[in-house]
Amino acid sequence: MEHKSFVAVDAIPLLNQLPHHVANAIVVIVLLMVIAYLGTRGLRKNPKKYFIPEARLTFRTAGEMIVEGLLKIVKDNMGPRGPEFMMIIGALALFIFTSNVLGLIPGFHSPTETLNTTGACAITVFCLTHYYGIREHGIKYFKQFIGPIVWLAPLMIPIELIGHFVRPVSLSIRLFGNIFGDHYVAGVVFGLIPFLVPLPMMVLGLFVAIVQTLVFILLSMAYFAGALEGHEHEEHEG
Amino acid sequence: MHRKVMFFIVVCALVLGAAGWALAAEEAATQGAPAAGLPANVKVAIAIGAGFGIAIAAFGGALGQSRGLTSALDGIARNPAASGKIVTPMIIGLAMIESLVIYSLLVSLLLVFKL
Repeated sequence: MEHKSFVAVDAIPLLNQLPHHVANAIVVIVLLMVIAYLGTRGLRKNPKKYFIPEARLTFRTAGEMIVEGLLKIVKDNMGPRGPEFMMIIGALALFIFTSNVLGLIPGFHSPTETLNTTGACAITVFCLTHYYGIREHGIKYFKQFIGPIVWLAPLMIPIELIGHFVRPVSLSIRLFGNIFGDHYVAGVVFGLIPFLVPLPMMVLGLFVAIVQTLVFILLSMAYFAGALEGHEHEEHEG
Repeated sequence: MHRKVMFFIVVCALVLGAAGWALAAEEAATQGAPAAGLPANVKVAIAIGAGFGIAIAAFGGALGQSRGLTSALDGIARNPAASGKIVTPMIIGLAMIESLVIYSLLVSLLLVFKL
């Protein structure tokens, strides 16, 4: 049932040499950079008058709303050390949301439709949790794998290791499965009844895009917070 | 006059939809299935496995999500002002339960693509 469909990036001469998910990811990145550039144009023109926002909805005010919303989520979950993590969480949130939504536009594929992109995001979060943990606690960060009672260590270490290594697997497969499954079913419905019935599927796709982005960044923040606090008490995350 | 135009548009939409569905069904029938290299009883097992796998996962996932949703609605009924703080963890919980169903869906898709 896999036939070649029209993809917009096939029309761009350099991009069609790349695999589809890489080319569409480049489209997402270019789109986000263009929006960011348009939002900060006033800052470059006259920085002194920049503090007064305009009264209407422009790129700048919309961008500020989005960033403030993300910052609120980060501060609610990470406590007072929130703004340190704003860069990675904000980048992940914007990239994943734009990728998920890009697949709903005809002529584009989602980069997050493949396990490659979602695995990359999940492995980034995994490496960063350990980086933040080691930066915070030093080498004693690895003592959390021992568990509360010392002579139970040969039992606790494999369990903790499996629990740690299953995190990027579950993050990546959850995002991949949701987006790929949703777009696949929407594609099948498009093939069956191309008129008006795919609309509920696309609304569901938009909802899934928002919820999956939220779940990804909330879980990432939970992992960061867990690495920072050092696991004084036993907590297992799914 | 306006209602007649709307009625005409809705009837056209339904007729086009039905025509699209009929054409798609006819095209699928004339295409035929590509022959894979697997023996027939393996294909039967794959088909049964894929179908039952996602069915059971959807059943279990629906039960689990319904319990979470019930608790969330009870909480909102007790305290309607806290509905924002209740809905956010509810959405996260539903997404976590749904991820298990998605794992099973992936296995079913893998099986179906092997057919």
